[in-house]
Amino acid sequence: MTAFLTVVRPGLFATVQDLGRFGFQELGMPVAGALDPIALRLANALVGNPQGTAGLEIALLGPALRVDAPSIRIAAVGPMALTLERDGAAPQPLEPHRSHTLLAGDVLRLGAVDGASVACLAVAGGFALAPVMGSLSTYVRAGIGPLGGRPLAEGDRLPLALDAAPDGPDVELPQPPDYGAGPLRVVLGPQEDRFTEAALETFLSATYRVGKQADRMGLRLEGPALEHRGSADIPSDGLVTGSIQVPGNGQPILLLNDHQTAGGYAKIATVISADLARAGRLRPGDSLSFQAVAVEDAEAIRRRQEQAIAGWIRAIRPVRPAGGVDLEALYGENLISGTVDIVNGGSDLPLL
Amino acid sequence: MSIRFTSAGDTAFNVEFGETIDRATNALVMDLHARLKAAPPPGLVETVPTFRSLLVVYDPVSTGRREIQAAVEAALAGGGTTPAEGRLWRLPVCYDPDLGPDLTELADQLGLTAEQVAALHGSVEYFVYMLGFMPGFGYMGDLPAELDRPRRTEPRVRVPAGSVAVAGRLTTVYPWESPGGWHLIGRCPVPLYDGGRPDPVLLAAGDRVRFEAVDRAAFDGIAEAASAGRFDPASLRAA
Repeated sequence: MTAFLTVVRPGLFATVQDLGRFGFQELGMPVAGALDPIALRLANALVGNPQGTAGLEIALLGPALRVDAPSIRIAAVGPMALTLERDGAAPQPLEPHRSHTLLAGDVLRLGAVDGASVACLAVAGGFALAPVMGSLSTYVRAGIGPLGGRPLAEGDRLPLALDAAPDGPDVELPQPPDYGAGPLRVVLGPQEDRFTEAALETFLSATYRVGKQADRMGLRLEGPALEHRGSADIPSDGLVTGSIQVPGNGQPILLLNDHQTAGGYAKIATVISADLARAGRLRPGDSLSFQAVAVEDAEAIRRRQEQAIAGWIRAIRPVRPAGGVDLEALYGENLISGTVDIVNGGSDLPLL
Repeated sequence: MSIRFTSAGDTAFNVEFGETIDRATNALVMDLHARLKAAPPPGLVETVPTFRSLLVVYDPVSTGRREIQAAVEAALAGGGTTPAEGRLWRLPVCYDPDLGPDLTELADQLGLTAEQVAALHGSVEYFVYMLGFMPGFGYMGDLPAELDRPRRTEPRVRVPAGSVAVAGRLTTVYPWESPGGWHLIGRCPVPLYDGGRPDPVLLAAGDRVRFEAVDRAAFDGIAEAASAGRFDPASLRAA
């Protein structure tokens, strides 16, 4: 049978995204993909999907989705309120950072995203949508991707790949992901020699603010101007997510996932891959500063981050029933030597 | 010739063959692009050719800059080859002031008539140096020196899709409606990007393009056929 999530209300800007459309930049095709790839990967892990499965990226205010399927497991990662409406009962809040099994007729309301630019929702098995150039990422500016390359609209029916949905109990992340703090780390270049010594010093010491012009393409930063040696213009060359280009006005632009594939402004530095999720989560008004690292250090930091993410995913555990005892954790930590009376509704351990 | 490697973070670096936009430099870029595409080292994600440099994108989890740069240096040491000649396209363009709103003003600035601008624009074969800006947007050159003008001081917020435009020694066809600062001198009725085609992007870096003037009736006919899915872009390939 066919199974869908039906969009009852579209929210403000929800798009289908995976980890990006690589391999077509030579045709001018932007990579797109999830601004917070860590959130998408963890949400997928919570519903048993491969980490790169496409999910929904929610910005600002999320959609309301009706389950037109016997059941479906979902998980949200990120600072977003979730509520469930079931059988006409009063809406119940649902926690993020864990999976929930929804039933036919349920309405899942994804609320305001507050504390970061985006949150992610994954569904078990992913969406049965046709990839465009090998990817389900949505590039809205040119209408490329699933759903005609646009954000969710009222009445859209997102087909569920239920056959690919793994079975299992609802599970949770013990803690929300740790994105780190402090300055965003960058590798200087590729055109750091186009800037004065003073500009490089300023760039690595000043605090910048994310301006109002901030979207999936990039963030205009406000702060002390960075002076070029000569012209700001170069023969257009390749860009990556995290490139920091500086036009003639000296105000840097941090490019995000929907960036053009090539650009003609000198680039002072590039945010390292381990900090791209942090960059993608920035919102207008947020402050940021930069710290330079060498390429080899950036690679080592990224590999350590991958180990940390693998550790978080290994730590995913069955959800303890409300008010019950977390037996898994107890056995896992080898704290119990005798028998345990599990008292429904009890909150404290009766022994030890 | 000195080749420079410049860092674009921990997922990419540029291989720079020069600072100028010219065919000889771009041929070196396309040559390395073709070699790495034919025999990609493990962990290479993709390569992106631009005017005078190749962006080499890699996965820092499964490989590293050291390994990928070594593979690039080995490919460079393999000796120069002549990249296969790109495809030649004959793109129809209607040089009607209604469709190219800057045609008259540009002609005035250059001390030419609109007809002379159109004739000069259609007089040479162009080379697609690179794609960028938007999917399918080709940077083509070299425009005859008589037509060399800097970009408009006030970029347009909306340039219609299909607009044929010039700036400096370059020309292009806008595949999408978008902002743009180039001078619009006509319009091409064939979509440069069509999601319904097996290869949605018409042009590739290294292709060659000739513009062929058509009148308004022919323009309308091709545009109508294209929007109805009855136009085969293969018919634009020169024999």
